Amino acid sequence: MRSSASVARLLAATEAETESFVYIANIRKSFTARGRELQAIDEITLNLKRGEFVAVVGPSGCGKSTLMMMVAGLVPPSDGQITIKGEKVTQPYTDVGVIFQRDALLEWRTVLDNVLLQIDVRRLKRANYHQTARNLLTQVGLGGFENYYPWELSGGMRQRVALCRGLIHDPSLLLLDEPFGALDALTREQMNLDLQQIWLENRKTMLFITHSIWEAIFLADRVVVMTPRPGRIAAIVDITLPRPRRLAVRETPQFGNYAAVIREQFQSFGLLKEN
Amino acid sequence: MSPVNPNAAAGLLSTSSRLSTYFYPAITALIIFAIWEAVTQASWVSPLILPSPTIIIATMVDKLPLLLQMGGVTALEFLLGFALSVAVGIPLGALVVYARPVELAIYPLIVAFQTMPKAAVAPILIVWLGTGISSKVLIAFSIAFFPVLIDTVVGLRSAQPETIHLIRSMGGNSLQVFWYVRFPNALPAIFAGLKVASTLAVVGAIVGEFVSSDRGLGYLVLVANGQLETPLVFACVVMLTILGVVFYFLIELIEKLVVGWHVSARQIEGLAGH
Repeated sequence: MRSSASVARLLAATEAETESFVYIANIRKSFTARGRELQAIDEITLNLKRGEFVAVVGPSGCGKSTLMMMVAGLVPPSDGQITIKGEKVTQPYTDVGVIFQRDALLEWRTVLDNVLLQIDVRRLKRANYHQTARNLLTQVGLGGFENYYPWELSGGMRQRVALCRGLIHDPSLLLLDEPFGALDALTREQMNLDLQQIWLENRKTMLFITHSIWEAIFLADRVVVMTPRPGRIAAIVDITLPRPRRLAVRETPQFGNYAAVIREQFQSFGLLKEN
Repeated sequence: MSPVNPNAAAGLLSTSSRLSTYFYPAITALIIFAIWEAVTQASWVSPLILPSPTIIIATMVDKLPLLLQMGGVTALEFLLGFALSVAVGIPLGALVVYARPVELAIYPLIVAFQTMPKAAVAPILIVWLGTGISSKVLIAFSIAFFPVLIDTVVGLRSAQPETIHLIRSMGGNSLQVFWYVRFPNALPAIFAGLKVASTLAVVGAIVGEFVSSDRGLGYLVLVANGQLETPLVFACVVMLTILGVVFYFLIELIEKLVVGWHVSARQIEGLAGH
């Protein structure tokens, strides 16, 4: 039997070799719903390198949101384990920014106070982060809106505030669960460009959950394609499009090839039927 | 994103629409009073049954010291009863949400207790606590506290799961989840409960005075009614209405100050959907 110290050394060694940042090892997850055991995730093993942008696409109900919740330490896996920076995740992981599809802004706080919520809950000094918050808001085009309340903003603006809230404490990992899924097409494209810009500037490790094939290809270094429930990894597609990527990249043959590969995966599940 | 004038969103209702919120109901009330006055002046109805508005106002002016004194007694009763409802209802609501044993063992009993008509229990409370103020306070409390409790429970449970996950991912504990999310999120519901409770507390105080008392507006209604002083009965009712309305709007004012961010308190549309 190996001692835990040697296991830790072993993990540290693997991390050094592969620059592993988030290591998802043989994860399974099942829920009990109405007295019936429901398998959400069959078995997933995935490695996120430091500074890598990984997108997960899959049909709805394939457990991709659950996967993100498990990486965040908000939901425990039924089997297998997740390690971040070599440490097993057993409770909410806090060196992280989490962005949900619903922006989860607190209606009673102004835009600035919503961003600073991150600072308040962590019991950090507000004064040290005021300027950072203002800079972030300006960067996403919300300069001058600091004292607005969420209900005074459009959906896209609200999600930008949520993005700033997820970035203000400079986390090394960003978890995004269909963050732009509720936005209109134009706003969504703008948000994709902005997110790419943010990532290019500070290279945080990103786990981006989406159901949009083109959004995944546009943003990610690697696209993980998941099967319908119980979710497994069907394919991992390396995206080597040069950065910064422009919207026109979608019209290139290379982009089309990626989209075709992923779409064929979906078709092989019987999800897209053309006739 | 189009630039928006930051002052535009901070504006209040325009003067014209503010006026119309008071103007139209005032006109309706005036018409009703005019008909009432005409009917009673024409002696179609006996003043013993329905005194005219002018007689009621004259009685109010005439008996103002008495009405104020009795009104003060009743006001103290329902204010204490209301305060007790808040002091018990909100913490108990939090316990129901946070402590499983309380939810399982006590909450159903409280709900069952609520279906019992409090007016029927009032005489027993008088026997237990005497005819003084404490029995009225307790009756007011027993009627008023239920909406506070229920709305606190509903409010605390209505937090968006994402917001709770968010606090957790920031390293927040249960207390912080309560303080940053659950409690502020519950405030609109709690205030809805408080508004209902405010009117119920007045009812409770009057029921208590009806059963047994030697002071208060409810007592004065009984005495005046017994002596066929119908104008004084009406004067008492008007006084009670004024007290109730003032109390209600006081709570609504506090609500506006505390939860002005909530959708029910908003006066203008934001950029959402534009």
